[in-house]
Amino acid sequence: MRNTQTEIQNERAVIKITNLSKSFGEQEVLKNFSLTLYNGENLVVLGKSGSGKSVLIKCIVGLLKPDSGIIEVFDRDVTTMNMKELDEVRQKIGFLFQSGALYDSMTVKQNLEFPLCRLKSQLRQKEIDEKIEEVLENVGLLDALYKMPSQLSGGMRKRISLARTIVVDPMIILYDEPTTGLDPVTSDEISLLINDVQKKYKTSSIIITHDIECARTTADRLIMLHDGEMYEEGNLKDFEKSEDKLIKSFFK
Amino acid sequence: MIPVIRAREIARQQALLLSERTLTKTESANNFLTDFADGIMFLAHSIKETFSRKFEVREFFHQCFVIGYKSLPLISVTGTIMGFVLTIQSRPVLLTFGAVNLLPGMVAISLIREIGPVITALICAGKIASGIGAELGSMKVTEQIEAMEVSSTHPMRFLVVTRVLAATLMIPLLVLYADALGIIGSWAGANIKGDVSYVLFFSQAFSHIDFYDFIPAVVKSFFFGAVIGLVGCYKGYNAGRGTESVGKAANSAVVLASLLVLIVDMIAVQITDMLIL
Repeated sequence: MRNTQTEIQNERAVIKITNLSKSFGEQEVLKNFSLTLYNGENLVVLGKSGSGKSVLIKCIVGLLKPDSGIIEVFDRDVTTMNMKELDEVRQKIGFLFQSGALYDSMTVKQNLEFPLCRLKSQLRQKEIDEKIEEVLENVGLLDALYKMPSQLSGGMRKRISLARTIVVDPMIILYDEPTTGLDPVTSDEISLLINDVQKKYKTSSIIITHDIECARTTADRLIMLHDGEMYEEGNLKDFEKSEDKLIKSFFK
Repeated sequence: MIPVIRAREIARQQALLLSERTLTKTESANNFLTDFADGIMFLAHSIKETFSRKFEVREFFHQCFVIGYKSLPLISVTGTIMGFVLTIQSRPVLLTFGAVNLLPGMVAISLIREIGPVITALICAGKIASGIGAELGSMKVTEQIEAMEVSSTHPMRFLVVTRVLAATLMIPLLVLYADALGIIGSWAGANIKGDVSYVLFFSQAFSHIDFYDFIPAVVKSFFFGAVIGLVGCYKGYNAGRGTESVGKAANSAVVLASLLVLIVDMIAVQITDMLIL
C-alpha cells in the first residue's frame, strides 16, 4: 500500500460510478456496480476472467454503452453525452489496451504522433518531436523511434503503448490487464513503470488485472469484482489477511 | 401393437427433424435480413461521415496510393492478357467470315464497354476488397479500432470513408489503364498470327469506338469501386473477435464484392440499353 486510505479519500473523486449494469443478450456482465476513483490513486480491480472488468473500463470511455447507471468523470455523466462531449472527456483519459493496440502500419513515432496531432493540434512539429522523445525516454525505449510494431517484443509493445497513452498528458489512465502475457521480470518492470507514471504525471488510474504481483506493486486500494458485482473493497493488507475463499485463491 | 409404437416414434422423430430444419432456415433468413439491414446502416453511416467537415485528406491520398498505384503491376498484366487472349480466340472465327479487318474494332469495343471494366473490377475485388477486409478485421481483433476511438478519431471517417472514396476514384482509372493495355495486348496477339502495323491496327480500333462507349463503362466503374470499397470495409469492420474472423472477413469480402460487381454490371447494362447508349 503506497498511500493511506484516509489520504486517498480526502482527495476529490475523479470517476464516480453508480449502479452500473451491462448485459450482452441474456448474460448480465455488470450488476448494479458502484465505484469511486479518487484523485491521484491507483485503484486495482481484481477478478476472474469474464467477471466484467474490461467491460467496466470500456463503459467509462464510452466504447460500450451501459444499460443503466451513472458514470461521472470529473462530475460529468458520460452515459448521456453526445460524441463531441465524449471526445472532450476522452482527451483527459488514457487507455492502455490489453493487446497494446499499436497501429501495425505505422512506426513507433507515427503511433505516438497519431493521438498527439489529433488531441493537441495546436502543437508545432518541433514540440511534438520533443514530447515523443520525452515519453520514449520515460519508458526507456528512445532507440525504438523508427521501429515497426512487428519488430518489438511483447514487453516493448506494452511500453510503447504506455508511452502512447501518456504522450497526451491524460489525467486518468485505465489499464486493461497491463501485464498479461509477459514474463515475471517484464511484468515487474511494467508494474514499476505504472508507479513511475503516476508519480511523474500525477495521474489517477484504474488497473484491471488478475496478476497479484502487479496488484501488490501498484495498488493504493483494491476492489474485487465477482460475477459482475462488487465482492470486496479494501487495501492490500485487508485482502492479504482475508479468510474469504475466493480472495485467498488470488492471494495464496 | 409394437409396429404402431414404432411408427409413432418414427413420425415424432421426422416431425422433430422437420421443425429443426425449419428453424435453421428461419435463422438463416433472419441472419440474411440482419446482415442486409446492417449493410444499409453501414452505407448510410459512411455517406453521413463523407460529408462531415473533418475529412482525413492525408489518409485519403495514402489510400489512393495503396489502392491505385500498388495495383498497377497486377492490372498491367491482366489488362494485356485480356486483349491478347480475346484477339487470339476471336481471329479464327472472323477469318471464316473474311472479316478479320474488323478484329481491332471488335476487341476495342468489347474491352472498353464490358470486359475491361468487369475483369478489372473482379481482379480488384480479389486484391482490394480482401486487403481492406483483412486489414480492418485484424485492426478490430487487436483493438486498434477502439484505440483510434479513444484518441477522439472517428474510425468510420478515418478508415472507411477514405478507403471507399479512394476505391471509387481509383477503379475507373485502373479500368481505363487496363483498356489501353488490353488494346496493346490485342495488337501483340494480332501480330503473332499475322502481320499488322500498329498504325493500321490502332486507327482501325479507334475508328470503331465512340466517346459514348466510354461513358457507361466509366460510370459503372465508379459504382464497382464504391461496391469494392464498401464491402471490404463492412466485412472488416464487422469482423468477429477471434483471429479466424480475419480470414473469414477477407474471404467473404471477395465473394460478396465479386457478386455485387456482377449484379451492378447487370443493372448497368439494362440501364445503358434503355438509354440506347
